[in-house]
Amino acid sequence: MDETEQKDTEDNAPSVIDRYYTRWYRADMKGKPCEDHCILQHSNRLCVVTLAETHPILHNGRTIKSINYQISDGCSRLKNKVSGKSKRGGQFLTDFAPLCRISCTDETEYTIYSCIRGRLLEVNERILETPSLLLEKVNHYFLCNYSIIMMFTFRCHQQYVPLTHICASINVNEQKFTCFNPHSHPLKATSPSSCQSLKRARA
Amino acid sequence: MEKYEFDSLVLSVSLPAQLCVREHSCWLHVKKEVREKGLLLDKDDVIPLKEAFKWIVQGPIAKELGGVSVVTKSALEVAVEFTHQPTDADCHFLASACPDCFKPTKNKQSVFTRMAVVKALEKISDAKFLRLFACPPPQPSSCCVPQGVHCLHLSVFIAGRYNKFCRSLPQTPWVIDGERRMESSVEELIAAPVLSAFRADGFNFSSSGREDVDVRTLGNGRPFAMELLNPHRARLNHEEMKQLQQSINVSSDKIRVRDLQIVSREAMSRMKEGEEEKTKSYTALIWTRKPIKSEDIAFISDIKELTLDQKTPLRVLHRRALAVRQRVVHSMNVRFMDAHHFHLELKTQAGTYIKEFVHGDFGRTKPNLCELLKTDTDILELDVESVDVDWPPAIPE
Repeated sequence: MDETEQKDTEDNAPSVIDRYYTRWYRADMKGKPCEDHCILQHSNRLCVVTLAETHPILHNGRTIKSINYQISDGCSRLKNKVSGKSKRGGQFLTDFAPLCRISCTDETEYTIYSCIRGRLLEVNERILETPSLLLEKVNHYFLCNYSIIMMFTFRCHQQYVPLTHICASINVNEQKFTCFNPHSHPLKATSPSSCQSLKRARA
Repeated sequence: MEKYEFDSLVLSVSLPAQLCVREHSCWLHVKKEVREKGLLLDKDDVIPLKEAFKWIVQGPIAKELGGVSVVTKSALEVAVEFTHQPTDADCHFLASACPDCFKPTKNKQSVFTRMAVVKALEKISDAKFLRLFACPPPQPSSCCVPQGVHCLHLSVFIAGRYNKFCRSLPQTPWVIDGERRMESSVEELIAAPVLSAFRADGFNFSSSGREDVDVRTLGNGRPFAMELLNPHRARLNHEEMKQLQQSINVSSDKIRVRDLQIVSREAMSRMKEGEEEKTKSYTALIWTRKPIKSEDIAFISDIKELTLDQKTPLRVLHRRALAVRQRVVHSMNVRFMDAHHFHLELKTQAGTYIKEFVHGDFGRTKPNLCELLKTDTDILELDVESVDVDWPPAIPE
């Protein structure tokens, strides 16, 4: 089969992510350039925190040395435990709560943040054994068996928290990214176009 | 009488609680009189007022309703409640005499329930009672007032199997925040003709598992049972059941019902049995990212008894606990279609999440089809081919 036919099916078939999830972007987390996060919000309001395509970890042929879920002396995301139908007991997270730290072989280090308020349900433990899973190409039609999945956060205080406050605005003219304040209209990502704008603006 | 179909009924009479006090008073009076005459009498020898009333009344009731028998056990219960406001306070003295019998209630209902009054009367000594209440009791100037007649028929249970041919029909009504998100449902399409045939007030629907909105149920269909609440008509013969089944099938092309029959109450528990224990068969239409040839997927048909570890799928995680479930895919078969598509037939243990087996759910179901085929896969369509429960019994067409 040739390249064009493969491309056709990629363009036509909405993936699992497209069908069930809304992509929200938060660019330049904590002011660090390009450290963009992508939140996948399911129609049932559960969220999956992932790395946006533009995140530096995914560039320049980096290899991940290690991933650490131990945030501080008293807190390890691995110790997170929820129980019951209402999933009580998960660690409470705010926007800038660190989820994990990733060290690469070229001595660069990155912190991944929660980006949204909520309670931690589950962390991706497979990437501890196989960090390279995180590097598998993020294609928005990817069905994401393993790639780029960090973890899942849940609604806060048993109330569905609308994600209006987490989106980045992409002002392509100014070649700049700004994080809007919580009260402005969010930019909702629809399939690859917004991430493409992110990439174009970054280039 | 409210258009019920019946040939027997149970008469249930509810008399005001204070009547027990008056009865007790009469009894003590009778006991005193009888002792003075040198006879011995037990409380059980005295006919309770309620029984006496029922004996008097059931003859005329039976006659009035045209030859119906009033019995002790029947599917139809006719309940009459009587009250007598002027004497309501008659039992209040018991509250101070036997305070531990009367517990305060959270809602506004009276604390003087029949049970509490009876309990207090058993405890109170004859002497104390006679000090606090007149013996024999004074004659009231009015009669008890009936508060209307309430009829309740025992539930009737029906069972059958249903097919779902539509990919946009939920099994139960889909309502979020009071707003209906999807038109109709399997449950409602079946219930409408049934409720009307049995003239029932409501229903409880139960089935052996469920399928998603976008999944069809083919083959013999999925077993279901319905409890019909307060049916005004409780008996349909074979012919009438066949007609009812036909009217359901004619009412919509989205569903089909077979083996419709009246069953006993244990039907509801049989449904849940099937949900956990039996196998199911499916056909899925699979899409692959990488182009495939027929020989690339042939090996799948040889895989037997594949054990999966499935974490609770994200799409249902909001309403189920987070856990890992082991489920077995007993066998599979592939039918090649083209470079990016094939049909996958599966026979699995009950409770296996097929969609997650195909796309992996972010690697939370392992093993999954993506791993097996070493490419991204997605499920485009899913059909339930069979639900392998041999209940309810098949009814030949």
